[in-house]
Formats: sequence, structure tokens, C-alpha cells
Amino acid sequence: MDSKRRDFLKIAGLTAIAGIAAPSAFNSLLKGEAVASEHGEAAAAGAHGAAAPTGKRWGMVIDVKKFAENPGLAEKCVSTCHAIHNVPDFGNKKDEIKWIWVDSFKHVFPDDSSHYKQPEALDSLPILTLCNHCDNPPCVRACPTQATFKTKDGVIAMDYHRCIGCRFCMAACPYGARSFNWRDPRGKNANGQPFIKAENPKFPTRMRGVVEKCNFCVERLAIGQIPACVEVAAQTKALVFGDLNDPASEVSQVLKTTFTIQRKPSAGTHPSLFYII
Amino acid sequence: MYGKGRIIPALIIFLGLMTSPIWFKSGDASKMPKPEKPKDYTECVAPTAYMRTSHMVLLNQWRDDILRQDGARTGKTPNGTEYVRSLQNGCMKCHSDKKKFCDTCHNYTSVKPYCWDCHLQPKEAM
Repeated sequence: MDSKRRDFLKIAGLTAIAGIAAPSAFNSLLKGEAVASEHGEAAAAGAHGAAAPTGKRWGMVIDVKKFAENPGLAEKCVSTCHAIHNVPDFGNKKDEIKWIWVDSFKHVFPDDSSHYKQPEALDSLPILTLCNHCDNPPCVRACPTQATFKTKDGVIAMDYHRCIGCRFCMAACPYGARSFNWRDPRGKNANGQPFIKAENPKFPTRMRGVVEKCNFCVERLAIGQIPACVEVAAQTKALVFGDLNDPASEVSQVLKTTFTIQRKPSAGTHPSLFYII
Repeated sequence: MYGKGRIIPALIIFLGLMTSPIWFKSGDASKMPKPEKPKDYTECVAPTAYMRTSHMVLLNQWRDDILRQDGARTGKTPNGTEYVRSLQNGCMKCHSDKKKFCDTCHNYTSVKPYCWDCHLQPKEAM
């Protein structure tokens, strides 16, 4: 009996020591691992720095001067885009759906401080604006269903099948480039006029309760055409479209030789749209 | 049996009423839907049996492949005919009458796909 109690006490003591020591030993091991991985990350970050761009990244230069010289051109770009993409016109600002639109300088560049002394001249400029197709898109991060995503060509596209209409992306977008279908786009107004004046049979409409936005005309790019707005403005060269990653492309050449600004660069979204003011 | 003069007819009426949906719809189930096939085209993008059971899977695959994987927008049938991998611009090119093709089976099986909330059906069939 005595020897048995002795054994029992020995085992109990060992178990207690093991119980106290094991977690701390485990923790110190984990910490060691964490330190090691931190080192690894730092080394990796130091190694690549700014990663060399690979593949296509579609971008656009918007020459506001040329739009000022050609009154009505910006509106024509808007109407052409909205016609081919079956964008409804609900006839009021609250429900407005816009893929591409014309706004004033102070609305498009609210944080611009470099033109402080000449606001009147700037405010009369028709500034065409659309989705920036950011390289670091906040809307894509906000979307809980991956309905919006970045394609490998840098276009921020949407799969309307997956959109649940939560509008997180609208809150996330710093540019107001996204619109929500509060009403049925296939519906009719009080006068019996359809919201979509003439449906383009080649392109779908949207349904009530989804967000929509400019898709940089992916359906046209896929068959070798340029975006519709660029095509409308082609004669005046007010819009220059191309691959930002290709140093020989027209858009790269324009960016190399001209001073351009971007919308809200401080937001860190890296827009693919550049403005010549 | 006490009061069988009323109970038995009442039972018969009750049973008749309870089973009336069966009598009312009897024979309908065997009337298989006959979707109208396009006259000018003889082959589809995949074998008929697959299309019958899995056309919706194929449509989803096309969508995800084209939108997200930068997949090809056109494909070729086994006989070499090129087609557009699209419901609105591909399928409906041959199956141009939604009412006579899509709706016959969808109504029969009481399936209500939401395709046409967004996609436009060919004008002449609307």
C-alpha cells in the first residue's frame, strides 16, 4: 500500500510539472516560428519592392481640353455608352444609373489644391468621368460575394448573377462610379415610356436590386474593338485608350510626354484613368 | 351500423374531394413536353442528352470561364460549326423562340429560371 501511494505521488507530481511546462514550451516554439516568418516576409518585401508589371492593364487618358473644344462630345460619349449597355434612364437624380457621366471639376477632383486661383475657368470644363478601373480596387475588397472582381487585364468587371445588392462596393468606391438599381430597369415611367429607350439586343439589361457600373467595354475588347466612348471620341483624340503596361502603346506615349492628374490619388487606389486638364 | 345512410355517402364525397387533384390532373404527367427544335440547324454544342440534363451547368461554366478566366467567347461544335458561347447571342440564335423551346419544359417541370430578368430574348418571339 505504501509503495503504491509513493508511485501515485510521483506520477501526480510529474503530470503537474508536465502540465505547467508543456504550454510554455509550446508557446516559445510558436514564437520562434513567428520570428522566423517575420524575417522571411521582410526579406521577400525587400526583394521585390515595386513588382514589375506583367500582362495587360487597360487604361485611358481623358483630354479635358479637347472636350471643351468640342461641345457636346462628352454627352455623345455618355449617350452612346448608355445606349449600347442598356443603361436605364429613370429621369431623376436619386435613382440615376450612370456608367459614364459629365461633372464639374470641383466634383471630380474635390481634393485638388493645385488650381486654387482659377476655379471659374475650371468649373466650366465638361469633365467626363467613369469607373477608374483601379489597380488597387476597394470595391473588389468590399464585395462579400466576389460579384465584382479584377480581370487579368486590369478591368474591374461585375458578374450580375452574383450581386446580392448589399451596396458595400458603392460605399467603398471613392469615385461614385457605381449605381444601384432601386427600380426595375425594364419598367416604364408614369407616361408609359420604358426606362431603356431602345434595348440593344446584343447586351443584357440588369434587374432590380443589383449594382452596376462601367465594364470598360470588356465585351468589345474581347472581339478586338475599343471601348465605345473612345470610338466616339476617336476623331478628336479626346480619349486615348490602351495598355498601360506596354511602353510602346499610344496611351503610354501620351503619359510620358504630358502632365496628367488622377482622381483622388491619396486614396491609394491607383486609377487607370488619367486626366489632361 | 348506426346512421350508415349518411355516413357512407359522406365518406365517398370526402374521399372524392380529397383525391380530386389526382383525378383532375390524371394523364397530364404522361404528356411529355415537345420543345420545338430549330429547323435550320441540326447539331447543338453538346450531345442532346447532356444538353437536356445539364444546359444550366454549361451556361454557368461559360459565364465563369469568359468573365473570370478570360476564356474564349466562341467555341466549335464537333462538326466544326463556330458558335458564340452566350445565352443571348449564342443559344438564342438557333433556339430563337423562347416560348416554344425553353418554356415548354420549364413550365412542365415548374422551373422558373431568372435568365430573362436580365437577358433579352429575341424580339420576334416576344
